[in-house]
Amino acid sequence: MSEDHYLELSESPVTFEHASSVNNVFFDEANKQVFAVRSGGATGVVVKGPDDKSSVAFRMEDKGEVKCIKFSLGNKILAVQRTSKSVDFINFIPDYPHTEFSQECKTKNASVLGFCWTNWNEVVFVTDQGIEYYQVFPDKRSLKLLKSQSINVNWFQYCPETSVILLSSTVQGNVLQPLTFRNGTMSKMSKFEIELPVVPKPAKLSLSERDVTMATIYGQLYVMYLKHHSRSANSPSAEVVLYHLPREGQCKKAHVLKLNTTGKFALNVADNLVVVHHQSSQTSLIFDIKLKEPDCAVTHQPVLPARSIAPYRIPLSGKITDSSSWSVFQPDIIISASEGYLWYLEVRLPPTVHLLQDKGKLMDFLLRRRDCKRVILSVCQQILESAERGSLPVVATVFDKLNQVYKEYLEAEQSYSQAMESGARGGNAAQKRPIRTQAVIDQSDMYTHVLSAFTEKKDVCHKFTIAVLMEYIRSLNQCQITVQHYLYELVIKTLVQHELFYMLHQFLQYHVLSDSKPLACLLLSLESTYPPAHQLSLDMLKRLSTANDEIVEVLLSKQQVLGALRFIRSVGGHDNISARKFLDAALQTGDQMLFYTVFRSFQQRNQRLRGSPVFNPGEHCEEHVAHFKKLFGEQALMKPATV
Amino acid sequence: MASGMQEKQYTPSLLSFFVYNPTFGPREGEEEKKILFYHPSDVEKNEKIRNVGLCEAIVQFTRTFCPTKPAKSLHTQKNRQFFFEPEENFWIVMVVRNPMVEKPNKDGKPPTIEYQEEEILTMLQYLFNGTFGRAMEVGGVEQLIQKLEKFFYRYLQTLHLQSCDLLDVFGGISFFPLDKMTYLKIQSFVNRVEESLSLIKYTAFLYNDQLIWSGLEQDDMRILYKYLTTSLFPRHSEPELAGRDSPLRPEVTGNLLHYGRFLTGPTNFKDPEAKFRFPRIFVSADDGYEELHLIVYKAMSAAACFMISASVELTREFCEQLDSLVGPQLTLLASDICEQFTINRRISGTEKEPQFKFIYFNHMNLAEKSTIHMRKTASVCLTSVHPDLMKILGDINCDFARVDEDEEIIVKAMTDYWVVGKKSDQRELYVILNQKNANLIEVNEEVKRLCATQFNNIFFLD
Repeated sequence: MSEDHYLELSESPVTFEHASSVNNVFFDEANKQVFAVRSGGATGVVVKGPDDKSSVAFRMEDKGEVKCIKFSLGNKILAVQRTSKSVDFINFIPDYPHTEFSQECKTKNASVLGFCWTNWNEVVFVTDQGIEYYQVFPDKRSLKLLKSQSINVNWFQYCPETSVILLSSTVQGNVLQPLTFRNGTMSKMSKFEIELPVVPKPAKLSLSERDVTMATIYGQLYVMYLKHHSRSANSPSAEVVLYHLPREGQCKKAHVLKLNTTGKFALNVADNLVVVHHQSSQTSLIFDIKLKEPDCAVTHQPVLPARSIAPYRIPLSGKITDSSSWSVFQPDIIISASEGYLWYLEVRLPPTVHLLQDKGKLMDFLLRRRDCKRVILSVCQQILESAERGSLPVVATVFDKLNQVYKEYLEAEQSYSQAMESGARGGNAAQKRPIRTQAVIDQSDMYTHVLSAFTEKKDVCHKFTIAVLMEYIRSLNQCQITVQHYLYELVIKTLVQHELFYMLHQFLQYHVLSDSKPLACLLLSLESTYPPAHQLSLDMLKRLSTANDEIVEVLLSKQQVLGALRFIRSVGGHDNISARKFLDAALQTGDQMLFYTVFRSFQQRNQRLRGSPVFNPGEHCEEHVAHFKKLFGEQALMKPATV
Repeated sequence: MASGMQEKQYTPSLLSFFVYNPTFGPREGEEEKKILFYHPSDVEKNEKIRNVGLCEAIVQFTRTFCPTKPAKSLHTQKNRQFFFEPEENFWIVMVVRNPMVEKPNKDGKPPTIEYQEEEILTMLQYLFNGTFGRAMEVGGVEQLIQKLEKFFYRYLQTLHLQSCDLLDVFGGISFFPLDKMTYLKIQSFVNRVEESLSLIKYTAFLYNDQLIWSGLEQDDMRILYKYLTTSLFPRHSEPELAGRDSPLRPEVTGNLLHYGRFLTGPTNFKDPEAKFRFPRIFVSADDGYEELHLIVYKAMSAAACFMISASVELTREFCEQLDSLVGPQLTLLASDICEQFTINRRISGTEKEPQFKFIYFNHMNLAEKSTIHMRKTASVCLTSVHPDLMKILGDINCDFARVDEDEEIIVKAMTDYWVVGKKSDQRELYVILNQKNANLIEVNEEVKRLCATQFNNIFFLD
């Protein structure tokens, strides 16, 4: 069963001193830092981040209970909130005064709900009455108000990746106002309303902060709303509603994830999958919003059946961590404050292969995951293996899906290099080079990891082997991808092995196996077992039109000296060929008339090129001249014209 | 030419055709037992015996000169006999009346008779190859006689000696020109059908009576192709053309519309009385021969031949399964191919009348191509050139057959036509040019140009 867990906690978690009466623990989603604050900071603050660089330890004065503590980007300035009126700041830039300075919120009678860093020196206060956007001047130990916005706020959320703050306003709290902050400017995005399952009377705050999460999925910002089931609204189970927040334009309800159960839930986003943890069953579900549902594009069912997260054994104690103590943070963080651990939630792909029977859907799913290459290749191997062999249509579907991604990458790469070329000339702004993700499985991957071994399997019927190879070639062709010659060689090898020469012949006849010199040479080598390969090979060399030397060699090896001579003349290469080579070949045939003809033809060439029929010493034809004299006599030689 | 005068022409025709085995009636008085088949059947018994005896004697006599190669044909003034021994002691003999032209006496000379033997010789190979597999069915003499009777009776009807020409000599296969992608789709289709209907051992795919894919070996395909194009397809295409009892009524399987139908087997397989018997064919296998059911299934212009081991009993369920699986896919493929073909034709501009009249044949893959033949139907072969020119082609071919080397023959025909024959490796090309005042060099140049345009993708020595 352990193989079934498709979710796991990262192997190397961040550890910190667990929460206790003297040690308060805070987490900052923006920098992914855990703050362990002992005795209000007087006995020490230990900051642990995802890497050593972001880890710091320091002391600060105990000025009361810490409500919130966060570094600005790059650990430049520390902000600490202790009261609901103000936020305190401490410089962490070397050489700058280290003493604290404080900023009260400007709005009268407002209380600060929280603050977020939007840059190394820009901070936003969110109060119950609106937004105050400040720039911090660490050298002057002061702040300057950049913008403010007045709005009633129930609660807020911050998405650090996009610098978007989401405010809950109105009495019911279901009107959400997103705001984006960039380089000192604040802009309002269009606000939207979340449909509540029940409208309470009289109106009261009905949209809880716990039920709303912001996340970027496939590069797009979404607001995920956990919509609990309600008996009166006739919704039998809970669902997650995703609102898409485009950078410009209206927010739109885009996806509905069906949870098919009720209870308490928590949300994560890992590897662009929405992970929904169900508290009572201690299991999790995953959703892929790009996976097309057959009936409707909006609602989604879980990709896989619910499974628990793989148990994590705490080193030393050997105890398995208790999920009831976990807190969930965005996008993919799980913290057990009582045990002092921070993990990243990770998706394990191998178990999904057996849980998702529909191979087409499986491929769609895998191709969008980060570390998918190994698993995809193993799926390809598996569907070709005799035990769990897929039918040809399944194999075809898998190949088509792989090649679609491969093709998109190739096209992006091509348009990039074209843009670079024209950019180099025109001086245009450089385009971004396309990133080759793991999902790009090219021909050489398939050859090395899948097809080559597959064709060598003894227990596979050759009909299936050939059908699979042809299916792959068809799929590549359909995507207009140039097929590499080693794939053709694999086809030929397999056909030859089973003596299916007529089949090979037909493939070549329809140019299914595209021309190349290596292929022509391979055909040539088949001549002894399959004589027509000779003709096929010559045809191919001819079509290549860059293989005239090879054609001459082939003809000479067949003792077709005249044919070779006529051919090279027809392609205009007559003046550059080695006379010795042809004379040797003519000599070997033992045909005296042929030797005569070839010899005379070269004498004529000499005459034409150099005005004399005599061979140059560099041509090394002395023995042939001697042989000619011996056979036909001195007088048969063409004489240089006497002037 | 003596255009006004009457020419009397005798076309070649079949006088008799018989099969015998000398070991079946070696004793006197039992000679009749040797005869397994005799056409025409209404010949008197004694004459049959006499003719067979004569053949036997000729074969025996000539064998003394060359024991390994017995006589192949005997040419007499009026007719010509062909002997063929497909298997030991089984002899097939065909007697053909020589074609001749009696020219009206022009300048007092006696009428001359021109033999046109070439055309006939040609035919034979074919016939014999065709019968070879069938004659194998030796399951008692009685049964053999019956089978021979049945087969040759039908076969001889499709034999039209007077309209045979060079193409019949080659017995080639016309391949349907197709782009790579569509070809791969067909491959994929064949592989999928063979996978889901695992009974199917071999598949052949044709479009417009031209071959696209053969799972059979070349020699077997050649015979099957001959059967399909000269016998099976013509029989079925005529009602289609006539428009009566139109079979082009789409079938509905599930929710898919398709035009698939069986050309062999029961005419209507939905009929509860239908018998699921298909023609059987013999193809070469590792250990001699194997017997197969031949299912020919057609949707629009695409035809798929499925061959299944004869040891398997074919059922209604199987045919229904095949119909529902193949019908929709084949219909789709057929329209795909048609579309591709039209596009390609428009691009290459071959829609217009070809400039050159030529016949091409490749012995290696049996591919043939002709711009001389308009359309081959069951009974008539329409050519766009005069029979005399066709005869020259036959003669050149005969010359080529005598030597192994590549060669080229250029003939100036009587009627201002030039006829050029070229042989390069395994390929033969015959071109007919109508250029009144062209000289030899110009004709040579013209043919070179043709090779460069029409055959630029193969290696063709000048």
